[in-house]
Amino acid sequence: MLGFLLGRLAQAALVMLVMSVLVFLGVYAIGNPIDVLIDPAASPDMRAALIRQYGLDLPLWQQYGHFLGNVLSGDFGNSFVFRIPVMSLILSRLPATLELAVTAMLIATLLGVPLGIWAGYRPEARSSKVIMAASVFGFSVPTFWVGLLLILAFSVEFRWLPSGGRGPAGPLGLSIFSADGWTYLLLPALNLSLFKLGLLIRLVRAGTEEVMASEHVRFARAQGLPEWQVVGLHVLKNIGIPIVTVFGLEFGSTLAFAVVTETVFNWPGMGKLIIESITALDRPVMVAYLILVVLLFVVINLVVELTYGFLDPRVRLKSGA
Amino acid sequence: MSTLKEAPPALEVRGLRTQFPGRQGLVRAVDGVSFAIRRGEILGLVGESGSGKSVTGFSILGLVEPPGKVVAGEVLLAGRRISGLDGAAMRRIRGAEVAMVFQDPLMTLNPVLRIGTQMAAAVRAHDRVSRAAAWDRAEQALTTVGIPSPRARLDAYPHQLSGGMRQRVAIATALLHRPKAIIADEPTTALDVSIQGQILAEVRRLADETGTAFLWITHDLAVVSSLADALCVMYAGRVVERGPADAVIAAPRHPYTVALVGSVPSGHAPGARLPQLAAGLPPRGADGAPDSGCPFRTRCPRATEVCAAPPPERDFGAGHTALCHHPVEAAA
Amino acid sequence: MSGAIAEGWREYRRSPVAVVALLVVLAIVALALLAPWIAPQDPYDQAGLDLFDARLPPGEVGSGGYVHWLGTDNAGRDLLSAILYGLRLSLMISVSAGTVALVLGTAIGLSAAYYGGWFGALAMRVVDLQLSLPAILLALVLVAMLGQGVPQLMAALVAAQYAYFARTAYGAASAERRKDYIEAALSTPLSGRRVLLRHLLPNTLPPLIVVVTVQIATAISLEATLSFLGLGLPITRPSLGLLISNGFQFLLSGRYWISVYPGITLMVTVLAINLVGDQLRQVLNPKHRR
Repeated sequence: MLGFLLGRLAQAALVMLVMSVLVFLGVYAIGNPIDVLIDPAASPDMRAALIRQYGLDLPLWQQYGHFLGNVLSGDFGNSFVFRIPVMSLILSRLPATLELAVTAMLIATLLGVPLGIWAGYRPEARSSKVIMAASVFGFSVPTFWVGLLLILAFSVEFRWLPSGGRGPAGPLGLSIFSADGWTYLLLPALNLSLFKLGLLIRLVRAGTEEVMASEHVRFARAQGLPEWQVVGLHVLKNIGIPIVTVFGLEFGSTLAFAVVTETVFNWPGMGKLIIESITALDRPVMVAYLILVVLLFVVINLVVELTYGFLDPRVRLKSGA
Repeated sequence: MSTLKEAPPALEVRGLRTQFPGRQGLVRAVDGVSFAIRRGEILGLVGESGSGKSVTGFSILGLVEPPGKVVAGEVLLAGRRISGLDGAAMRRIRGAEVAMVFQDPLMTLNPVLRIGTQMAAAVRAHDRVSRAAAWDRAEQALTTVGIPSPRARLDAYPHQLSGGMRQRVAIATALLHRPKAIIADEPTTALDVSIQGQILAEVRRLADETGTAFLWITHDLAVVSSLADALCVMYAGRVVERGPADAVIAAPRHPYTVALVGSVPSGHAPGARLPQLAAGLPPRGADGAPDSGCPFRTRCPRATEVCAAPPPERDFGAGHTALCHHPVEAAA
Repeated sequence: MSGAIAEGWREYRRSPVAVVALLVVLAIVALALLAPWIAPQDPYDQAGLDLFDARLPPGEVGSGGYVHWLGTDNAGRDLLSAILYGLRLSLMISVSAGTVALVLGTAIGLSAAYYGGWFGALAMRVVDLQLSLPAILLALVLVAMLGQGVPQLMAALVAAQYAYFARTAYGAASAERRKDYIEAALSTPLSGRRVLLRHLLPNTLPPLIVVVTVQIATAISLEATLSFLGLGLPITRPSLGLLISNGFQFLLSGRYWISVYPGITLMVTVLAINLVGDQLRQVLNPKHRR
C-alpha cells in the first residue's frame, strides 16, 4: 500500500514538473517574460534593474530553475492590477469559488443520484423518459445561457433572489453561514450544477440498469430481499465507484466552469479573477491560476484513485499484492 | 391402502406453463410441467440447455423476467398454494420457504459486498433481528455447510474465496431460513470434479438431516445419478420421462433419455462409441406454438408417422413413466 | 451500402423526437446558409446602422422603414438579421473547427493504434492528459496566449476538441487491430497504409460520426461561451454568444429581447444537434441493433 502511494505521488510530481516546464516555455520562451514579470509602466532604468533582479539575462535553464524555485516557494510575483502578491490575491478569492463549486456538486449529487436510480430502475416509465430528456437539456445547453434564464426568471420576473453578487463573508471567508449568503449562493450554484446533474443522471442510470440486470440482483430477489434493499444495498454500492469518480474528476471541471457562472452572476471568485486578468493582461495572475488549477487536478486525480481502492475490494487486493 | 392420510409433498408443481414472446409467436419455455418432491427428497430435473428446466425454477419463485410470463399451473408448498400470490406475499416466501442456489456464485454474489453483509441482508429480509444477530446466524449457517473458520469468511469478499467455498456460501445462504424446499440451478457445473463430489455429499447430508426438499436442476446426468432420489427428464418444455433415479438410469425408456444416458461416458465400455443425437428443433404448428405431437420426433431415431399424435403416457411400474409412442424395451 | 442507410433510417425514425430534431437542424443550416438573402439588413455594415434604432422592442418599425420583428440591439441592428448572420458565423466556425479536429484527431488516434509502441503510448498519454482538462479551460488559456480573432478562436476550439476524436478513433481502431483478420492482412504483401485506410478507418467511422455531431454542438456552445466572456470574436461581427452578452446588461432593465432571442436560437440549435447525436448513437451502436 505504501509503495503504491509513493508511486502515485511520484507520478503526480512528474506531471506537475512537466506542466511547469510547459508553462515556463509558454510564458517565458514564447511570450515575452519582461511583459510577464515587469509592470509595463516601469521606467527604463527600473526595467534594466528588474531584468537583472529577475535573472532574465541568465541562460534559459537557469531561468527555469529560478522560476521553479519561486513557484515551489509559492512566489508568483505581484499582480499588475491589484499590486499585491498573486498568491494572496488568488487565495483570497478561493473560498468564494470553493463554496460555489461544492454547493453545485452537492445539488447535482443529491438530485442526480435518486433521479438516475429511478430512471434506471424503471426505464420504460414516462417519468424516467422525462428525466432523461431533461438530462440532455442539462448538459447540452450552454451554462451562461441557463444562468441568464435563471436571472430572468427568479430575479427579474419573480424578484425572489438577487441577480448577482455575494453575501457577506463569515468565518473562513465563506458566505454559507448566513441566510443572506444563501440567497446569493442559490442561483449560481444551481446554474453551475445543471451540467453535472445531467451527466450524473445518465451515469447513474446506466449503472443502475446494469446492476438491475445482473445475477446478484436476481439472487438477492430470490432471497426475498425487499426491492428498496435490493436498490439500497446492491445498486448504491455498485454505482458508488462511478459516482466518486465523477464527483472527484468533475470537481476540477466544476471549478473551471465556475469561470462562466461567476461572470454571469458577478460572483467574486477565482474564475471572475482570471477573466479580469486575461482582459487586463495581468499575466502573473494567469500563470499562477494555471499552475494552481493543474495542481488541483493532479491532487484530485490522486485522491479519486485512492478512494477507488477503498470502495472496490478487487482494486484493494491488487494494490496490496 | 394406507389408513394414515399422507402428508402433502414439500413442493408440488401442477401443469406449470411459462411463455415468452419470440420472433415467430409465443415460445412455451415450460409447457405443462408437473412434479412433486417429498420432505428430504432430492428430485433431479435433467435436460439440455434450452429445455426449460431453469425457467421452471424461476417460475416456481415468481422470478420470470418480463416479458416472460407464467400463464398456467399451480405451485403448492406443503399443500399451500403459492402461485398467483401478490408481489409482497411472494417476497415473504422467497428465501424463507423456498430458496434458490444458482450456477455461478461469482456472478450471483455481489463482488463489492462482504459475504457477511450479503448473508445478513438475507437474514434480515425476513426476520427483524439486529445486525449482530444476523451475522451470528450467518456464521452458524456457514458452519452447517462445513466451512472452516466461518467468522473470517464472513469478513471476506467473494473473490477471496475458492469456487467451491463460494458455492457453499450460496447453499448456506439458501439454508438461512430453513426453507421447505431449495431450488438448485446447475450449482456444481462451474466446479471441478473433486469439489463437486464434496458439495454433493454435503447436500445429501443436509437433505437427510434437515428434511429440506431439493429440486436439483442440471444438464449432467452423472451428477444427479448419484445424488437424486427421483428424476424428471425435460425436453422442449415438457417432462418426457420420470421415475426413481436408479430405475430411469438403469432402464431409460424414452429415446431422448436413452441418448442422455448414453452420453454419460462412465456408463459405457471403453472404446464404445457414444450415440450421437441428430440436430433438430421441436416441430411447430402454423401459429408458431409447438404442436401436440411428440416434440422429440424430429431428432428421434425411432420416430414414425404416429409420433405426430400426442404421445401416450406409458407406465413401467414403481412410478416410472415416459411419454412416448415407441418406448425402448428394458434390457434383460 | 444504400441498404444499410435505409435500415439506419428506419431505426432512426423510431424516435419522433429525433426526427423533429433532425428537421430543426436542417432548417437551421438552411437559414444560416441563406442568411445574406433572407435577412432584412446586413448587420455587419456599420454605415447602415442608426443609433436612433437602438433597443427597439419587437414589432416596431425603425428608420429603415421595415418592421423589426425581434426588435433591435444596442447598436441599432435588426435582431433577426443579426441572429441569422450570427448563426451563420457560429455554424461556420464550429463546423470548420470540428472538421479540422476530426481529421487531426483521427490521424493521431489511428496512427497511435496502428504503430503502437512508445509512439502510440506517448500520443495517447498526451491525449488523456488533455481530456482530463476541461475544454473551456484549455480554450481560455489559448485565447489568453494567442489573443482574439477568428483564427485564434478556431485554434482554441481545435485544441480543445481533437483529443475526443483521437481517443475515439484509437479505441475503435485498437480493438479492431487485435482481431485476426488485421493480423492476416498485415502478413500479406498489402501495404500497411492500405490496411490502415481500408480496414481500420471504416471501423472507426460509426463512433466518429456520433462524436463529430456532439462535438459540433459543443463547439457552438464553447464559441458562444468564449464570446460571452469577451474572449471570442470582435464586436463588429457578433456571433450568437456576443449578441447574448451585449444584451445581458439590458436584461435587468426589462429589455429582455436583445439576449433572449439569440439565446433561444443558440439553445434550440445545440439541443437539436445533441438529440440527433443521441439517436445516431442508438442507430450506430451494434449493441442496440435488433
